[in-house]
Amino acid sequence: MSLSIHELSPGQEIGSRTIEVTRTDLVKYAGASGDFNPIHWNEAFATGVELPGVIAHGMFTMGSAVQLVTDWAGDPAAVVDFQTRFTKPVLVTDTTGTEAPGATIEVSGLIGKLDAEANTARIDLTVVAAGQKVLMKAQAVVKLS
Amino acid sequence: MTINPDLQGRSYPAAEVYEVGREKIREFARAVKATHPAHFDVDAAKALGHADLVAPPTFAIIIAQRADAQLIEDPDAGIDFSRVVHADQRFTHHRPIFAGDRLVAELHVDGVRAMGGGAMITTRSEVFALGADESREPVTTTTSSILVRGEGQ
Repeated sequence: MSLSIHELSPGQEIGSRTIEVTRTDLVKYAGASGDFNPIHWNEAFATGVELPGVIAHGMFTMGSAVQLVTDWAGDPAAVVDFQTRFTKPVLVTDTTGTEAPGATIEVSGLIGKLDAEANTARIDLTVVAAGQKVLMKAQAVVKLS
Repeated sequence: MTINPDLQGRSYPAAEVYEVGREKIREFARAVKATHPAHFDVDAAKALGHADLVAPPTFAIIIAQRADAQLIEDPDAGIDFSRVVHADQRFTHHRPIFAGDRLVAELHVDGVRAMGGGAMITTRSEVFALGADESREPVTTTTSSILVRGEGQ
């Protein structure tokens, strides 16, 4: 797919994605990223440091949310800038041994801004878990063809 | 435990070379539930004009957090890792990261701000790819803020 700036307009939706998260996913992300902070896999430790329970790595949420943009752009290399603020933790309950997810993250995106000079589109992502926005100012800049 | 206010302006030179492997790109892509073939299939990446597998947009966090560890584990910094919360993150890619890249990261402490009993610390990693002659090509700039929560925060 190749995207032309002339076919795009601000406010245009790029789609949505639902991401189901389990404790196993957090262990996999810990291993893949090297972030072994026990707040992401140990309930007693997490509550001991005054968190409500085991929470997802902010970088798991950020990293999984951007796939919506990557798929829309058609090439992961087209994402030239990506930023977010982490506003609320994603609490992941222990559903080990069942089919149920421990949390569900809903991602949707729209075109926030077009830059004709740089030939880029800024995608603004809305990322929600348990009815709350967990990322704020989640913005990815895509280089257009 | 209090945060050393003199951290601001400090930098840590590139400590080790990170070699980007295909299997690591695949593992990281699976861990963030990415499905784009350019992360998994060399032919698919080449069809898009790339030399090898393309890393997901947040892959550089591996290198950035290794660089951050130098600061967090610095006894002089006064940071309790168990009370660290990630506040914000940004990646600016000067070029994509590919399998086969040899990367180094230079860490800069851009800001330290007291917040309640804790502190907000902003760091920046400049990630470079090493060339055959050990030349450095800018690849990614990552910036992140971490909140070190004080007691009761």
